[in-house]
Amino acid sequence: MSATKTNVTQAQPQHHLAATSDLRTIGMVWRRELIRFTRTRTRILTSFVQPILFLFVLGYGMASLVGTTGGFDFKKFVFPGIVAMTVVTTAIFSAISIVWDREFGFLREMLVAPVSRGALVIGKTLGGASVATVQGTIMLALAPLIGVHLTPLLVLEVIGLEMLMASALTAFGVFVASRIQRMEGFQVVMQLVLFPMIFLSGALFPLNGIPGWLAVITRINPLTYAVDPLRHVVFAAQDMPTAAAARFATGVTIFSYTVPMFLEIVIVLAFLVVFLGLAIVGFAKKD
Amino acid sequence: MIEPERGAGLTAMHEGTYAVEVDKLSKRYGEVEAVKEVSFTVEHGEVFAFLGPNGAGKTTTIRMLCTLTQPTGGRALIDGYDVSARPREVRQRIGLVFQEQTLDQQLTAEENLRFHAVLYGVAKAEVNARIDRALRMVQLSERRSDLVSTFSGGMARRLEIARGMLHTPAVLFLDEPTIGLDPQTRALMWEDVLRLRKEEGVTIFLTTHYMEEAEYADRIAIIDQGRIVALDTSEALKRTIGADTVELATGDDDLAAKNLAEAGFNVKRGDDEVVAFVENGEAQVASIIAAAGTPIRTVKVHRPTLEDVFLHYTGRQIREGQGGGPIPPHFMHFARRR
Repeated sequence: MSATKTNVTQAQPQHHLAATSDLRTIGMVWRRELIRFTRTRTRILTSFVQPILFLFVLGYGMASLVGTTGGFDFKKFVFPGIVAMTVVTTAIFSAISIVWDREFGFLREMLVAPVSRGALVIGKTLGGASVATVQGTIMLALAPLIGVHLTPLLVLEVIGLEMLMASALTAFGVFVASRIQRMEGFQVVMQLVLFPMIFLSGALFPLNGIPGWLAVITRINPLTYAVDPLRHVVFAAQDMPTAAAARFATGVTIFSYTVPMFLEIVIVLAFLVVFLGLAIVGFAKKD
Repeated sequence: MIEPERGAGLTAMHEGTYAVEVDKLSKRYGEVEAVKEVSFTVEHGEVFAFLGPNGAGKTTTIRMLCTLTQPTGGRALIDGYDVSARPREVRQRIGLVFQEQTLDQQLTAEENLRFHAVLYGVAKAEVNARIDRALRMVQLSERRSDLVSTFSGGMARRLEIARGMLHTPAVLFLDEPTIGLDPQTRALMWEDVLRLRKEEGVTIFLTTHYMEEAEYADRIAIIDQGRIVALDTSEALKRTIGADTVELATGDDDLAAKNLAEAGFNVKRGDDEVVAFVENGEAQVASIIAAAGTPIRTVKVHRPTLEDVFLHYTGRQIREGQGGGPIPPHFMHFARRR
């Protein structure tokens, strides 16, 4: 059949305005994430329970074990880590809802549409990242309670770093979701990847003065480079005694080289780009 | 109110093309050949049914036509576009209603449609009017702001049909569209579908293993073990096997089938009966009973049904849950209904 289709009025918008249609798609997928987020109030509430629990357990329970804190409350040390933990878990949960979409069929509606997989993955990542950033920022409301001083600049810096961290982790989650067929697989990922990543990121304990093998693992963990800048900006806004600043020094050191903050951000950005790409490839396959 | 863009302009562009054109389409999974050199064409505005048991290759074929599965042989064109070479153009021109529900339960009916409109590049200025029209067509206007999780199975299915039509596709694919629906809802859904065909001129391509459902189609392709074994209108298919069908329940079906075949009757062995296809049932009952050579328990004479046609061409009967093909896990259906 030799039917040429150059005169098809219906098809032309797709060719001429592919970029616009991709942007609209990204916007729509993003909006869907937010709509779903606001409709699941129980999820919003329960996602605060775990971080607050950690804040109490570590802040009060561990404080006595940590020993010398140089006159700096251990709760204040843990706080940025708890914010990071909230962001990371929310991001992964948002991303993993794709597995849910797969089980309930909606993923098909998206994958069969004449849009690029890239637009779907980016929309989903931005949506999940936005939700995670909102959750993390709400956690900041606890700051005055434990004596962490907030300034407008600090809040802006924290939001920026949260967005970066959330995007990277959501992209990672979307990639994992592209490989998981069932919800049970998600539990495995949580146990084997997410929890170790959080615990070995310096979110919950200082990275200096830990055994060598553990130090190596924490330096390989990309989350380490997302948590450290967050703690850095929070500490910079606090009035810290010199002893405390030395005890809870920020900055990740590798062979006595302290990774500068911009490099940490580059590492997280690279992580984001790599997993975004892998996620797009993961959804582009067909049988 | 929007004027559907199909109509004058589209009819002109359709000239010389079929809605669906399939030539020796095949799909092989390792050793298994799910679809074997299937060829057929579907005219614009036609209602075309693939009738066959589970595992016959219906879903695999529909997936290839919708660009979801890569064919391993032959080719398929949708509205003139090759499914392998131009998937994006094909996707733009098709509406899809899957066996399983694919709505977002946590969104309202309207939000589901809006999402779809963006995905299919419906012009912003037209989105609202199209959503109004689509909802009206399936009589769900009153429920537009309700969450889909509050919908019954039948309502959800009709919403999916409305969604499939939102971007005015050339072909609407319905894969086992009334599976799990009660007969009343089924009839209601078909009212919607036939109205869409009439008003929008859309081509309907459906797969089914329900005989009654295939009767809605202008033409029926009977598919069995990956091959099309017969393709025609329902009436013509029935005519090919004779004017009447005589169904016998006997003490020994194998023996009866053997004897009747030897006596020159066109006879098939069903699951619980022997079926003879004859020109004049009433007049031949006596000779059939005599030729069977085994005690007869019941005799039924009736006009041929599609079930008889299927038995004639495949030597087997379609019954729900039969066919031995892969059936989607049942818990999926439960999960979806919540």
